[in-house]
Amino acid sequence: MIEQNALREIIEQVLSEMNVEKTSAPVNTQAAPAAPAFAQGGTTVDDGFIPDITQIDIRTQYLVDNPRHKEEYYDLKQHAPCRLGIGKAGARYKTLPMLEFRAAHSAAQDAVFSPVDHDFIEKMGFFTVRSQCENKDIFLTRPDLGRKLSPEAKETLKQKCAKNPTVELYIADGLSSAAVAANVGDLYPAIVQGLKSFGIEVGTPFFLEYGRVGAMDEVTETLGSTVTCVLIGERPGLITAESMSAYITYKGTVGMPEARRTVLSNIHRAGTPPVEAGAHVAEIIKKVLDTKTCGTDLKL
Amino acid sequence: MADIINSVGIDIGTSTTQLIFSRLVIENRASSYTVPRIDIVDKQVTYRSAIYFTPLLSADEIDAAAVKEIVRSEYQKAKMSPDMVQSGAVIITGETARKQNANQVLNALSEWAGDFVVATAGPDLESVLSARGAGTDTMSEEHRTVMANLDIGGGTTNIAAYNKGTLIGVTCLDIGGRLIKIENGKISYVFHKIKKLADDIGVRLEVGAAANAAALCRVTDKMAEILAESIGLAPKTGLSDGMYTNDGKPLPEHPPITELTLSGGVADCFYNAAGHSANDVFKYGDVGVLLGDSIRANRSFSSVNILHPAETIRATVVGAGIHTTQISGSTISFPDGVLPIKNIPILRISEPDEESSDTIISSIRAQLPLYMTDGRQEQVAISFAGWDKGTFDALQKLADALVKGAEEVIKGPFPLIFIIENDIGKALGHTLNVKLDHNKYVICIDGVRALNGDYIDIGEPVCGGHVLPVVIKTLIFNS
Repeated sequence: MIEQNALREIIEQVLSEMNVEKTSAPVNTQAAPAAPAFAQGGTTVDDGFIPDITQIDIRTQYLVDNPRHKEEYYDLKQHAPCRLGIGKAGARYKTLPMLEFRAAHSAAQDAVFSPVDHDFIEKMGFFTVRSQCENKDIFLTRPDLGRKLSPEAKETLKQKCAKNPTVELYIADGLSSAAVAANVGDLYPAIVQGLKSFGIEVGTPFFLEYGRVGAMDEVTETLGSTVTCVLIGERPGLITAESMSAYITYKGTVGMPEARRTVLSNIHRAGTPPVEAGAHVAEIIKKVLDTKTCGTDLKL
Repeated sequence: MADIINSVGIDIGTSTTQLIFSRLVIENRASSYTVPRIDIVDKQVTYRSAIYFTPLLSADEIDAAAVKEIVRSEYQKAKMSPDMVQSGAVIITGETARKQNANQVLNALSEWAGDFVVATAGPDLESVLSARGAGTDTMSEEHRTVMANLDIGGGTTNIAAYNKGTLIGVTCLDIGGRLIKIENGKISYVFHKIKKLADDIGVRLEVGAAANAAALCRVTDKMAEILAESIGLAPKTGLSDGMYTNDGKPLPEHPPITELTLSGGVADCFYNAAGHSANDVFKYGDVGVLLGDSIRANRSFSSVNILHPAETIRATVVGAGIHTTQISGSTISFPDGVLPIKNIPILRISEPDEESSDTIISSIRAQLPLYMTDGRQEQVAISFAGWDKGTFDALQKLADALVKGAEEVIKGPFPLIFIIENDIGKALGHTLNVKLDHNKYVICIDGVRALNGDYIDIGEPVCGGHVLPVVIKTLIFNS
């Protein structure tokens, strides 16, 4: 009897560690004798939720025990979302900050590894083309291929896009698909509206999957655009995984120096809000067209 | 790529008239791959005028010509001309603001002193400016304390209190060093409220009577006690009730004040105890020296930490010269050629009214008639917070509502002006330009808070056209 109980405990532990649904056959057979007891169950399912630690605003989190200057430290923390004043357990992090750190790290990884939601792209009215990368793994290990359009992509662009537009504006996933989902809905129409308000014609938009910044020069050469602007997800950090950049070129060519690109970065809710950033990007593009310069030559 | 704004401050006070020039350095603090973030990074006083007694024609008229001559000669000494000045303020403070021709003097001077020099008045604003000039706001922020500045001038004491650098209250009392004047050993003038105060404590003050330092000292002791009451250092006795300028109120009692600075002319008498001997307490022809002594001797004042301010007698003029100008948000929208504009009244859409398009429209329509004279629309700036208008869709809705609500303004001859707190100025400007088909001048400024009753002045763009210098003027007297 004791043995049986001990066995049941071990099996329960193994099951819970192994995520029962996916691990089927071997566990089931071995667990067969104990199964009825397990089903009747010492386990109860709670309907509640555990608190979502990603919802904690780390500016307001102050966990130092017995602080001398709590208020002052707290005030300082309001200036930037840094992981400061979070206390420690011996030489290590406390449990909560440790979990938050890992959650932020996971969000960053998710932003890099997940695909952009195609429904969202369709809803925005964009069609999708690909770089020469066939999948995420190739995209992440072969940056050179992310800078080139696949032959099909070039064909599709030639067919579907307006030729020689003044401005070609498109979206790429880059290193954060979360950035695309979070910002493009506000950023893209704000840029288009701004350009429209200046009377500047915009070409046909599209979404480039597995695209890096350099691919914009192939887009320029394929479509003959004067100004090309790509909205691309930035490499995520531990504060936000949703930051986006707008890279802009004037008469870009494949292989041109990087210094000829103008960039506006840090576009996200807690950085430059996407709507206002969009209005600003439109003005940069106008200035690029007016001065016929871009990159380090362009004085903003 | 720092830009420099030359700013002038002119203060025509109860007893003294002064002028300073200062340089405000503004700079883009953002890196070149993010949106600009332009701030005032340095403020320096470059020239201080002599301190003049304010010239008066009679008890209730300022000698405008003499004031103008003072200002003109000081411009000359500083090697400045009005066209070199981009910003600043002319303020008439204390008792001088009650003179008949105060407004004419104010306006004439601001026209003359430079394109974008604004005229301001009002004890609330003066309290804030003098405290900033004294450096009380920054000290409060650095010390993390609740701190008040008492700017004790000739006619009024202007008080502003800060909690860790944030303004928590202002008040103004009719207490000053020059409310009793002494000429040739005789009392030559007593302000009516002070006369009553003296009566209440059994001291008779008659114009023409000999000035008795001991009796006058009893009066200034009482004045010091009233000041202590007004900032919560002493229990309220009712004596101070009638002493607030324009029936204002004392400071809020919480949080209690732990540190003080004193500025204004009387502050010099307070800090320089050794500056006079018993024989020359009336050396300025008033009771300023006695009042300084009374405050030093007052036990309530000894209970708090009294620090040295950055400025004493010049606090207000420095405040006016340096601290009136703010910089708009860095992403805003405005057309060429319509700026600067001055003295635009603010129409505020309250935060509850911002919630729906209908309430935005009705709020604007209901308030617009207040800004009409003889049935004609006057220039007006519409202000709101806009915190929840950060998405593209919300912005479209907002723009539609604003266009509808401000129809009368759009039909009229003046530009459409919006003052917003949230960083959406440029995007809203673009949206409105598209909706109005570029047929109307639209100015959209963000990063600025302005409330009903305020006036706004907007200067010409600086720092490569990114930002506009803005002055918000709160002209309301205590209500």
